[in-house]
Amino acid sequence: MTPDTIIKTTTKTITGSEALLESLIQENTEIIFGYPGGAIMPVYDSLMNHTDKIRHLLTRHEQGAVHAAQGYARVTGKTGVCMATSGPGATNLITGLADAMMDSTPIVAITGQVISPLLGTDAFQETDVIGISMPVTKWNFLITKAEDIPSVIAKAFYIARTGRPGPVLIDIAKDAQFGKLDFEYKKCSYIRGYLPWPKVNEKAVKQAADLINKAEKPYILFGQGVTLAGAEEEFKQFIEKSGIPAAWTILGVSALPTGHPQNMGMLGMHGNYATNIMTNECDVLIAIGMRFDDRVTGNLDKYARQAKIIHMEIDPAEIYKNIKPDIAVTGNVKKTLPLLTRHVQERKFDGWIAEFKELDKKEHYEVISQDLYPKKPGLTMGEVIRLMNEKTKGEAIIVTDVGQHQMFASRYIKLNHPRSFVTSGGLGTMGFGVPTAMGAQVGKPDRQVIAIVGDGGLQMTIQELGTIKQSEIPVKILLLNNNYLGMVRQWQEMFFDKRYSQTYLMNPDFIKVAEGFGIKGRKVLERPELKEAIEEMLDYKGSYLLDVSIEKEDNVFPMVPAGAGVSEIILGKENK
Amino acid sequence: MIQTYTITAFSENHIGLLNRITIIFTRRHVNIESLTVSESAIPGIHKFTIVVKETKEKVEKVVRQIEKLVEVLKAFYHPDEEVIHQEIALYKVPTEALLESTTLETTIRKHNARILEVTNEYTVIEKTGHKEETQELFEQLSKYGVKQFTRSGRIAITKLSQELFSNFLQAIDEEQSNN
Repeated sequence: MTPDTIIKTTTKTITGSEALLESLIQENTEIIFGYPGGAIMPVYDSLMNHTDKIRHLLTRHEQGAVHAAQGYARVTGKTGVCMATSGPGATNLITGLADAMMDSTPIVAITGQVISPLLGTDAFQETDVIGISMPVTKWNFLITKAEDIPSVIAKAFYIARTGRPGPVLIDIAKDAQFGKLDFEYKKCSYIRGYLPWPKVNEKAVKQAADLINKAEKPYILFGQGVTLAGAEEEFKQFIEKSGIPAAWTILGVSALPTGHPQNMGMLGMHGNYATNIMTNECDVLIAIGMRFDDRVTGNLDKYARQAKIIHMEIDPAEIYKNIKPDIAVTGNVKKTLPLLTRHVQERKFDGWIAEFKELDKKEHYEVISQDLYPKKPGLTMGEVIRLMNEKTKGEAIIVTDVGQHQMFASRYIKLNHPRSFVTSGGLGTMGFGVPTAMGAQVGKPDRQVIAIVGDGGLQMTIQELGTIKQSEIPVKILLLNNNYLGMVRQWQEMFFDKRYSQTYLMNPDFIKVAEGFGIKGRKVLERPELKEAIEEMLDYKGSYLLDVSIEKEDNVFPMVPAGAGVSEIILGKENK
Repeated sequence: MIQTYTITAFSENHIGLLNRITIIFTRRHVNIESLTVSESAIPGIHKFTIVVKETKEKVEKVVRQIEKLVEVLKAFYHPDEEVIHQEIALYKVPTEALLESTTLETTIRKHNARILEVTNEYTVIEKTGHKEETQELFEQLSKYGVKQFTRSGRIAITKLSQELFSNFLQAIDEEQSNN
């Protein structure tokens, strides 16, 4: 248990808004992503007194603020803070909160609220933000009295970052921002009834180890839980001692370097061929920090029925939410993994891994080679990512938007470091890419941050180019432009008789748009200039938009069709 | 198999918690048959008693989601055979109709009901019991013309010899001191 920090300033009486900023500073907040407005003005005024300790980044839309806070949180592991005014300001945060809830991202969102006597009167810019945000936050609270600010903020940070992290929203009535209090800050370290880290059941760990030690074809599936626990090293020790092949969910990607010999690739709908097939071939399935999302499992009735399942998970509500495990190891994987490693035998599974490699060859021949080294004239998303990998050598932080480019990026990206791939996994939020990349770049100013986006998603939050310019964020935007809402178009092609309903986009001249915002841009139409253009972008000092014209009707494969089992995965690129 | 379950949740007494709990049911399209909220035996701790007709599997999942709420201390679920449960019902019937009746006394005796108030105009009868029992009395009284009828949600206690929740409170106190 960490000692409680107590800051007491009973000598002076301060306002609620001052107390809020002091509280944020006590929680080591270095930056707030936000947007001002009527009901949050006292806080914005107090902000000017604290610019030495706390920065504010003005976005162009509140959705941009919450996504930036998510990007910041996901690359640093710290809690992201965003701020908005009441009513429309607060409702614009909702998408980002829902995204953070799905992807377990620690966020504290502060919203202004109308003065407390006006609550429930349909006052100007009043919205029931507590009611609206309840299903998409881990916790939320309405403050109506200034003296509650320090303790509630302490509780907010504690809840956001502990256990399975998540977003917390604190709504502060304007009269509480103006109100006076004697400031006293005490960090929160316990809430009755809230047990962030369930007790480790050592017996279950032992049982899991016994099962693994007897297995002939064990298989590890890992998710973001490994990253959230900061247990990448413990995970690596476990897989290296046990010798078991491992595959990742989209959010688990950077928990293990792409090049690790036991890294078998990505799971799920657009994951790799072998990783999906082997789910229904293994005898023991070890799920670590993942939640059996439907995009990973496909049809549950056809999912790993032959295997004994071990589920290592921090959130007890995830156990048997979708898959009933034979052994559940609840608890923080940072603690349970070393225990498991101690009990498992040191083994090698060369024959079993060779079976994966055999299937990989098939995928490589039928899909990967054509994606990465296309023989047709049109550019492919895969080859753009391959060329980017050649330049970044796995050192960059990649942020994606949502759609085909997201799948190509996660399939082909090379990553050497943890917390280096930020994508909207659970919610699939278009418009996520650019603002999240801004936040990621602010959180990791020394790393190269690249937003890979599609032409659809980019236009959902394109106004954040203004933020990028104003705050001089040297983020790189790689636009994979096919003039379509590509993923929807792919489904229309495959499952709706090629009836392309509302998926064609007439796009603006993105380079002119970028120039209008004062951001350098370049358009690439042909293969010969692609490599050099990517290099120019990545070598450029400031922000940069590279618009690459991609083959219009290319598809992401392999694919587990909706409703199918994982072993019904189709490679789909034959005869092309 | 769908059957009746009594879900009991112990919580802090905070604004909005009822909403947090009910949206867990709404989102999963589970209907709440009855819901009773009151202070528990432990000062400051509130108790939700929720009755649902669902499969065990679904109820387990819902209970885990309830327990996940920050302000909920602990949640349990029990099929009917594991709890003693009771509801209360009030019936308002015209006094005149009762006075004219020859079977009223028998009806009240038979149903173990009691009379709470008699005025010239109306009489209020109270009955506690299971839903089928209060319903049966309602049907019996219908012939006198029931002017008002109201039934509470279920309250329940478990048949276990140990109090589940106090064990839990003890456990979290220990957990806290080990932290």
